[in-house]
Amino acid sequence: MSTAAPRVTGNILSSDTYGAEQTANAPFGEALIRAAEANPRIVGLTADLGKYTDIHLFANRFPERFFQIGMAEQNLIGVAAGLSRSGFIPFATTYCVFATRRAYDFIAIGAALGHANVKIIAGLPGLTTGYGGTHQGIEDLALMRSIPNLTVIDPCDATELSQVVPVIAEYPGPVYMRLLRGQVPITLDPAKYQFELGKAKLLCEGNDVAIISTGLMTARALKAVTQLRDNGVSAALLHVSTLKPFDKESVLSLLRRVPRVVTVENHFITGGLASALADTVVDAGLAVQIRRVGIPDCFCESGSIPYLVQRYQMDTENIASAASELVEKQLA
Amino acid sequence: MNGVEVSTQESSIASLEQRAVSLRRHVLRMGERVGQGYVGQGLGIADLLAVLYFGELKYDPNNLAWSDRDRFLLSIGHYSIGLYGALAEAGVITADELDTYGADQSRLEMAGSEITPGFEMTGGSLGHGLGQAVGMALGARLDRRPSRIFNLLSDGELQEGATWEAAMAASHYRLENLFAFIDCNNQQADGPPAQVLNVEPVHSKWESFGWDTQRINGNDIRAIVKALEAAKKIKDKPHAIVLDTLMGKGVLAFEQREKNHFIRVEPSEWKIAREQLEEGAQASKKRSS
Repeated sequence: MSTAAPRVTGNILSSDTYGAEQTANAPFGEALIRAAEANPRIVGLTADLGKYTDIHLFANRFPERFFQIGMAEQNLIGVAAGLSRSGFIPFATTYCVFATRRAYDFIAIGAALGHANVKIIAGLPGLTTGYGGTHQGIEDLALMRSIPNLTVIDPCDATELSQVVPVIAEYPGPVYMRLLRGQVPITLDPAKYQFELGKAKLLCEGNDVAIISTGLMTARALKAVTQLRDNGVSAALLHVSTLKPFDKESVLSLLRRVPRVVTVENHFITGGLASALADTVVDAGLAVQIRRVGIPDCFCESGSIPYLVQRYQMDTENIASAASELVEKQLA
Repeated sequence: MNGVEVSTQESSIASLEQRAVSLRRHVLRMGERVGQGYVGQGLGIADLLAVLYFGELKYDPNNLAWSDRDRFLLSIGHYSIGLYGALAEAGVITADELDTYGADQSRLEMAGSEITPGFEMTGGSLGHGLGQAVGMALGARLDRRPSRIFNLLSDGELQEGATWEAAMAASHYRLENLFAFIDCNNQQADGPPAQVLNVEPVHSKWESFGWDTQRINGNDIRAIVKALEAAKKIKDKPHAIVLDTLMGKGVLAFEQREKNHFIRVEPSEWKIAREQLEEGAQASKKRSS
């Protein structure tokens, strides 16, 4: 008789490959090396999380262009801002929680106010770690969206991460990007998908209901679209990886046609994608039914990723049922 | 030291002292326009700025973006009144623009920022300058540029933890091209640091963080020049020069104020202030001649 191994929090040291069929190893680190081979002005920094943000690959390849700052996130951003003002393109890595909670003023004043060319790369977004409130970046998008001049990106998967890196290296301004690290799921087909800064991408056409998602939740949203289709519901799926500037045009053009939308994000349901969408809809004077899938107003428990995803109703089924409810309400 | 060096030094010190008086005139001009502000800090730091902008810094007022320039980073944004004076004296901005200090739509904000030509970064939210200075020093080294980075911070600013994060990084990376001046004027918003939150012993703090450290009278131009010369001889370490300064230096009425972090001055007092500055300048000129 065999006993299934218990799911434990310790699995957090790998990336969230929950539900993934295919993965790529350290796509950020690999993409940064490629970008840095082409552009000698790219430098790397970390705050004692090199191995855990995949930038150790860059450090091994370009040791003279890499700066270990130690556990000092304010200084991480400060030093990066100083390097950018000397004509370099610094990529600074830490976790979402440490970058945004500990170094907020340094991002706002040191980087954003003067449009410094700093790229903040932040790991463990939302529920991608089993550690609890200390490590789960549940409100980072809300904080970063509130800073003028800052571009905010939540990539879906390894394909998109690899595409974002050279684009933000070219873009002259401050960027906050959420990072997926280690073994990262491949969801989007690199032959078909191309990231564009500030542009949402319509991944599925549909007429009954719209799903608008960001970050890794787009993988689950894609599966939800298939489930819905099997149940006779036609769902459109718009993937919004750039949260700021927000692609209002694409969002409004979809919602004018399909005024029923489920927002899906690996983040607190306030301040992130759902709020950006609500702002846009209000400003446009559009009447839209909205259901929000995301993290509720709480610090989340620690636990294994599958447990957390179910506990906080962040799975494919939760997206599909929210969409179905909207459609049924419409029919009623 | 041979005779030639001494006489060169003497003449340049006399001219730096004249520059410091000019800087103080600019500070009073700005203060009088708005009737209040950080006049005490501007007067107190004029000697350092005179030495830096007319003796030490390599920069081109007509090409501020020159990549090999030395950088001066003002952490303490409210000291901008002093830096505006130096930039006007150096020809980076016009002296007439000083009359817009603190006015709506002016480039000369009371808490200075990088919108002003010659400002390398935005200070004011304290604790930002030294970290950016570390980044610039690393950048200069990586590019093999001769640029040196100078950062002015204050005694009160030592309470900001970020200052010590940056101090640790500077010595870890052995940034000999980085110079920090710590202005100890013994006054922060809520009173003297000794009452607000003690920052002493300042000298041994920097020394224990691995910095080449000196502590001098920051209103003595000769001492500032000498300290810089000594610091430049020390390799493999960043340099801290702790300056004991007198707020309001050069204007007796302001020197004697007890609380002078942000002063309000009656219109009638400005004439007295200007006269005291000129009298003091004459007396010190006489002393040194």
